[in-house]
Amino acid sequence: MPEALPPQTVDALLPEVAALIVESLNLEMAPEEIDPDAPLFGEGLGLDSIDVLEIALVISKHYGFQLRSDNADNVRIFASLRALTAYIASQRTK
Amino acid sequence: MNTLPLITGLGLDDIVAWRPDGPRRVRDFLADAEALAARLPAGTTLLNMCHDRYHFAVGFAAGLISGKVSLQPASQSAETLARIRADFPDVVCLCDGDFDPLDLPRCDFPALSTADPHKVTDIPRIPADRVAAILFTSGSTGLPQPHRKTWGRLVANGRAEAAALGLERTPHTLVGTVPVQHSYGFESTFLLALHGGCAFWSGKPFYPQDIAAALDAVPRPRLLVTTPFHLSTLLSSGIDLPAIDQLLSATAPLSAALAAEAEAHTGAPLHEIYGSTESGQLASRRTTDGAAWTLLPGVRLEQDANTTTACDGHVEGRVALSDVIELLPDRRFLLHGRHADLINIAGKRTSLAYLNHQIAAVPGVVDAAFFLPDEEAAGGVTRLTAFVVAPTLDSRQLLAALRPRIDALFLPRPPIFVDALPRNGTGKLPRSALQALYAEKTRHAGR
Repeated sequence: MPEALPPQTVDALLPEVAALIVESLNLEMAPEEIDPDAPLFGEGLGLDSIDVLEIALVISKHYGFQLRSDNADNVRIFASLRALTAYIASQRTK
Repeated sequence: MNTLPLITGLGLDDIVAWRPDGPRRVRDFLADAEALAARLPAGTTLLNMCHDRYHFAVGFAAGLISGKVSLQPASQSAETLARIRADFPDVVCLCDGDFDPLDLPRCDFPALSTADPHKVTDIPRIPADRVAAILFTSGSTGLPQPHRKTWGRLVANGRAEAAALGLERTPHTLVGTVPVQHSYGFESTFLLALHGGCAFWSGKPFYPQDIAAALDAVPRPRLLVTTPFHLSTLLSSGIDLPAIDQLLSATAPLSAALAAEAEAHTGAPLHEIYGSTESGQLASRRTTDGAAWTLLPGVRLEQDANTTTACDGHVEGRVALSDVIELLPDRRFLLHGRHADLINIAGKRTSLAYLNHQIAAVPGVVDAAFFLPDEEAAGGVTRLTAFVVAPTLDSRQLLAALRPRIDALFLPRPPIFVDALPRNGTGKLPRSALQALYAEKTRHAGR
């Protein structure tokens, strides 16, 4: 998992991933308004399973890797914008 | 007493399910079901929340042979579970994962390695008029509404679907992206196996790569049981897909363009199923052949001035349909959309009246109206928006207040703040006025 990545790599990627989420889900908010550490589901952005597939599709297009739900870290991957970004940084092929 | 077998169309040594560790024959399945039945607590109802399709199937069969009704709610909210507990005091929740049944008695799906498949000598028979399952719809008020299904009708439903899809002649392996508890998945991945001679994949693949892996794990011919949304995402992903021999879609209308793209991409014919939890499956069509639907064997539609009613065949009683339907000759018909108040997003239902009631109750909201645009979104799912008069609220505050009140699927994407709603002289909101307002607001937003 992404713990090995330097935090600045993740921080640098945060705005780009936030922008992708806002754009792909048609959220009426600015990307910088997403709290990187707030949960993406329920209390935070309140995303649902349709949103997860939308995000997964955008991620695969932009970063060149596929999400798999048999990955035991799935709950952690979607825990927050920061966790998702860290996962992308560790898996991206482009 | 008229009885029907638990499984028709498969013999004891035929394969009924594929799991990651290999196939399960009918005799393995029945041995597992009997072993589980011996361990289930007493009681007349079973809330079967198993994620694994094979575990669900074993739980359902165990309940059936020990006289338990399978309860299958549309949602897993605390409110729904409390309601089920109140209405079915002896209910036990069968779970195989991290599902939290709150205060319902929990029974964890056990390891069944002790079951001996060689002791199984025949397929149990079940009274045809016994209620085998109760499926729930969320109801326009949000309270779960029960729909009782007798074993005889469930068997007939599975057979009718198999006949409509031509599976009787060529059994397929079923890979479903939909949950087995809800009506479409229940009918098309479970009943279709037990009574259509098919075998099913135990998992529920979600991401495109999962779907590819699941298809790869089972033998051909393969039938992918999915929804317009999963299908659209799968095609957009651009990943290499294993061979698919048939595609099945339901829960929401599929555009002719997406159907044609899916057939071109996979080489497989795509059929859609039309039905509802109340009525069961009613009709099918190959989308690229045209808009008309053909009724499943045995089912009939009747019409009076305002209402179309389904009856006969595997339909329980007489079920008034919530769609506008034009009957054609030869058991065919056209769908002209739902009655205006009903909303169906990704298979979950609610009504505009309920949503409008919820948003109006948010402090700071002066006036508001939910609106489902006419246009079809590229991903196959049209999201709701809402026009809101609320001078003291911003979007984030409004959504935070709505979140505990309504399912996340129905949250407005996005809410559109206006100075006033285009109410006419009698205070009504004509849909044409809302559509015009929507066009104006989204054009200004540059989309």
